[in-house]
Amino acid sequence: MRIEAEHINYTYNPGTEFAVQALKDISLTIEEGEFFGVVGHTGSGKSTFIQHLNGLILQPSAQKKYRPKKPKKGAPVPPPSVLKVGGFDLLNKKTDFRALRSKVGMVFQYPEVQLFAETVFDDVAFGLKNFAKEPLKPEAIEEAVRSALETVGLDYAEVKDKSPFDLSGGQKRRVAIAGVIVTRPEVLVLDEPAAGLDPLGKKELMALLHRLHADWCKTVVFVSHDMDEVAENCSRVAVFADGQIKYVLTPRALFSKFDELDALGLELPAAAKIARLLHEEGIDIESDFTPDDFAEKAAAYLSARLGQTEKTEKGEGGEA
Amino acid sequence: MKDVTFGQYYPVESFVHKCDPRAKILFLIGYLVAVFLSADFYGLAACAVVLVLCVAFSRVPVRSVLRSIKGVLFLIVFTAILNLLFYQGETTVVIADVPLKWGIINITVEGIRFMIFVICRIFMLVMVSAILTLTTTPVSLTDGLESLLTPLKWIRVPVHALALVMSIALRMIPTLMDEIDRIMNAQKARGADFSSGGPVKRVKAVIPVLIPLLLSALRRAEELGDAMEARCYTGSEHRTRYKKLTFTWRDPLIALLCAALIAGVVLMNVYLPPIL
Repeated sequence: MRIEAEHINYTYNPGTEFAVQALKDISLTIEEGEFFGVVGHTGSGKSTFIQHLNGLILQPSAQKKYRPKKPKKGAPVPPPSVLKVGGFDLLNKKTDFRALRSKVGMVFQYPEVQLFAETVFDDVAFGLKNFAKEPLKPEAIEEAVRSALETVGLDYAEVKDKSPFDLSGGQKRRVAIAGVIVTRPEVLVLDEPAAGLDPLGKKELMALLHRLHADWCKTVVFVSHDMDEVAENCSRVAVFADGQIKYVLTPRALFSKFDELDALGLELPAAAKIARLLHEEGIDIESDFTPDDFAEKAAAYLSARLGQTEKTEKGEGGEA
Repeated sequence: MKDVTFGQYYPVESFVHKCDPRAKILFLIGYLVAVFLSADFYGLAACAVVLVLCVAFSRVPVRSVLRSIKGVLFLIVFTAILNLLFYQGETTVVIADVPLKWGIINITVEGIRFMIFVICRIFMLVMVSAILTLTTTPVSLTDGLESLLTPLKWIRVPVHALALVMSIALRMIPTLMDEIDRIMNAQKARGADFSSGGPVKRVKAVIPVLIPLLLSALRRAEELGDAMEARCYTGSEHRTRYKKLTFTWRDPLIALLCAALIAGVVLMNVYLPPIL
């Protein structure tokens, strides 16, 4: 499903002294099939934005008590807002937000806090039963739960009757993710899914996301603070700062903006840090800023340069 | 979840904000005494004047103060109706030649008077307590309480530990509120529905929020305990404080106001003729 936002504003506690404008005129389109990254500091508005995507935060016009106001005469007319996820119009209060939520899966930060049931099976089946229009057959539930658990790399027979609280941290997270993907959402939104995992766990998680993306979850929106993760995985990246979107670029284009990212206080991926140091030495290596690609390009650069020095100075070189 | 007024500090600078919490707590107690001593509407009027002063000098919007009534609205209505219907008065109200008396239900003039009286009392109590919590941070409130309860240490009441329990509880309320929001969002994203269905269904819907909340509260408690132990907290005597409570010129002033109020109420009870 295509995600389309235009001129979206959002204010927490409007009309009170605690009012905070979290989103300022956000416009962003995420095409179907993207592995889309969202980066930005805490408080930059990225969480507010992604919670819009499955209707957990509603625009005023989508809330039940909303009554359209008459625009004041002479006041400047704000540009019309658009917020659509696939066929769902998120600005309309008549939209079936539950149906939307079954299509847009949301994995929160530390999703294991959402575990509550007595067994892993019940917990994973929770969303499935909630979204079902009519009671599902036990076989259908079992099939879906088995498939979800196997997708996240857990042994169905081994874990299904265990209490989710007896599992290890990484397994809990997998169960929590299984509980979201069990309904086969077409869009998956993840808020720092790898936070707190060990390096191997992170790698496996990213591999899992790519498997889902290749399989049936067409669009992935992925919030992360780890720029290496973003550089390695995302097709495009949106940078949030101060409730606004500063850039929407490919990782390659984004992470070559060393100084601009510095100004926003964002880290660079490790490869980009090295590239930056080399750039200051007058050496420019273009790459995707993933470790593999960068190493390859750097090696190519070196061997090219080695060839040159051998030609000109014969025998010298190879200082790198 | 967000509009719970209890423990909601309203951050502005004002006369009342700057008063010492101990003075404010004592003032609240004195005010309660005055309200309950008032035998007639004169006394209540005096209390009302003081209440208006409190609100005015706290610079908290009246709307925020009034919001705290919401929590006790049911109590007010309930006691009002009970008093109206069952107060043992003498003069039954007669409307269009029909005395309002059926069996044990007896609406009397005295009942109506007492009902208004009770409503005024509860209203003022809640308002002044709200002013206290709106102008005093929970932390300084517990500091004040601890300091006031110090005499109990002589009879071996663990005042410091109790104060700590209270301040941690108060401190954790907003944290747990956030946690509830987070968990509710996570379950909503999995299709949970908290706002429709009958009572049984609604209670059932709470379980997926309650269990994770309890678990995380327990985990937090454990972590907090560890952190305190790691910093060698033993709750022993001779702990120094980061914030020392000090009385200023404001505090004798409100003590005086409180004493004047109580004295005035007593005098009014003695010398003024009763209304009705």
